[in-house]
Amino acid sequence: MDSRESFESQTMTEPNPEPQARAQRQGPAISVSGATPSPPAKKSRDVGNVQLKDLNAYYGKTHAVRGVSLDFDADRVTAIIGPSGCGKSTMVRCINRMHEEISGASASGEVTLDGLDLYDNAIDVVAVRRAVGMVFQKPNPFPTMSVIDNVTAGLRLTGASRGELEDRGREALVGAGLWDEVKDRLKGPGAGLSGGQQQRLCIARALAVEPEVLLMDEPCSALDPVATLKIEELIGELKQRVTIVIVTHNMQQAARVADTTVFMLNGDLVEIGATDKIFTNPNDERTEQYVTGKFG
Amino acid sequence: MSSGDPGHALLLDRGNLKRRNRVNRLVEVSSTIATLLAVAVLLIVVGSVISKGIGALSIHFLTTPMGLFGDTSGGISNAIVGTGIIVGIAALMAIPVGLLVAIFTTEFASPRIGHPIRFVLDLLNGVPTIITGIFVYGLMVAGNKQSGIAGSVALAIIMLPIVARTAQEVLTLVPGTLKEAAYALGVARWRTLLRVTLPTAAGGLLTGALLAVARVAGETAPLILVCSIFGQGVLTEPNEALASIPVFIFQSSESPSPEAHTQAWAAALILIAFVLVLNVVARAFYARSRKRMGA
Repeated sequence: MDSRESFESQTMTEPNPEPQARAQRQGPAISVSGATPSPPAKKSRDVGNVQLKDLNAYYGKTHAVRGVSLDFDADRVTAIIGPSGCGKSTMVRCINRMHEEISGASASGEVTLDGLDLYDNAIDVVAVRRAVGMVFQKPNPFPTMSVIDNVTAGLRLTGASRGELEDRGREALVGAGLWDEVKDRLKGPGAGLSGGQQQRLCIARALAVEPEVLLMDEPCSALDPVATLKIEELIGELKQRVTIVIVTHNMQQAARVADTTVFMLNGDLVEIGATDKIFTNPNDERTEQYVTGKFG
Repeated sequence: MSSGDPGHALLLDRGNLKRRNRVNRLVEVSSTIATLLAVAVLLIVVGSVISKGIGALSIHFLTTPMGLFGDTSGGISNAIVGTGIIVGIAALMAIPVGLLVAIFTTEFASPRIGHPIRFVLDLLNGVPTIITGIFVYGLMVAGNKQSGIAGSVALAIIMLPIVARTAQEVLTLVPGTLKEAAYALGVARWRTLLRVTLPTAAGGLLTGALLAVARVAGETAPLILVCSIFGQGVLTEPNEALASIPVFIFQSSESPSPEAHTQAWAAALILIAFVLVLNVVARAFYARSRKRMGA
């Protein structure tokens, strides 16, 4: 596991305030031998906690996220719900700093991962994205790469040694519940899989770099119900390993997968609470109207 | 339905139904004729080149260098080699630069810089090639001597906007979601470009390069100015003037001898075949590339 340790230490550049906390997260969550998943190791609670403090995000002059402060706790799945254009995708894209890739976009406020300010000048954006993985709305496997090359793309393209690629790729496929379906076609094109498989391939690709947080931006909106169910089951398994933040349009999905639910409206954080409470007895009238289908 | 029913009065022909049908018909027929004309021109050109050139075409014609002026016993091997060298060097100069220009405008430049660059490239593409020839003549030949390199520089200037513009079009077709996926994995920008964007667009980029080669392979005007007075035999030194197929066609067609004319047709046949093959190959690559990008 030495190679893993050295990679782990690469995922974040200095300053690293909690090296001990990071070191606690050793040991593979998934065993590789025989390609059968062993029960995932329980993750330490102090790795993978994300905090937003007064986060504002803009597209040019449009104020898309307005002063949002909230915590995403490790070991939990947090769902973000809200009508189209309420800023939920924008908010999660601020966590891995993908928001700034859009021309004219900017953000202010504070985003911390385990106490480390991700917008600090000393922080390497590329390292942030390795620590905070992302799965997009539409499956986007690399069309020029095979299944296995897609999974290990994040490792290969960020300079991991060749020796560990195969094991890590297999581990990630097992973790994404895709191994049994693709083990005989690892060299086949990634784009040749079904939509649901492609999305799990993208999840495996994100997991392969061993992020601490996984952002999922409406991961099932392009999938059929069966594929959606598989991804939701997967989310339940993965929450032991990574902090999961899922943006969803589908309130039933939020109710099924999330421990905590956040309701956003027009860029504001309206309410955050345990999923049960948000869907049955919310504090805010607007939340109630939204979850009961009165608008949105 | 009776015509007196006021409820359906709006549906009745008010006299322009026939006229509209006639105009439809007219447009359809005239556009069909125009299309047939375009195809016919190509067929007539290719057909006449084949019928007039095929007679002089032989292994001997392809493998022996041309004779002295007026001697039609030779072939065009020196012209084939010369065209290969001149176009090859031009491609080596124009393709990397053109690709980099396209990468700059699509990946790095803001629209405020990118749009003017596109416009400039379109203007450069529209510059008559004789102007390019005169420019290179003044730059490299006047006070010096003709050379294959001067020909290559002229052809490279003609190729550059073709390569750059087609590459731009292809690179903008690469889905943004792929770049996003790479960035979200923590892949650096330059590596995303080299390992994701360029491989995805590879077929289309190759298409642009091949089309540019096909376009300049038959370019004559600049070569007459900068690379047309060449020595005997198969020459390969690019610092000297080299023979080329288009210049051979030009010079042979100026000759009074009917044999020379037939040789010009045969050389034209070789040139057309080369260009057609390049075009077909380029299209195949482009089709593959579009499929890959889901277009």
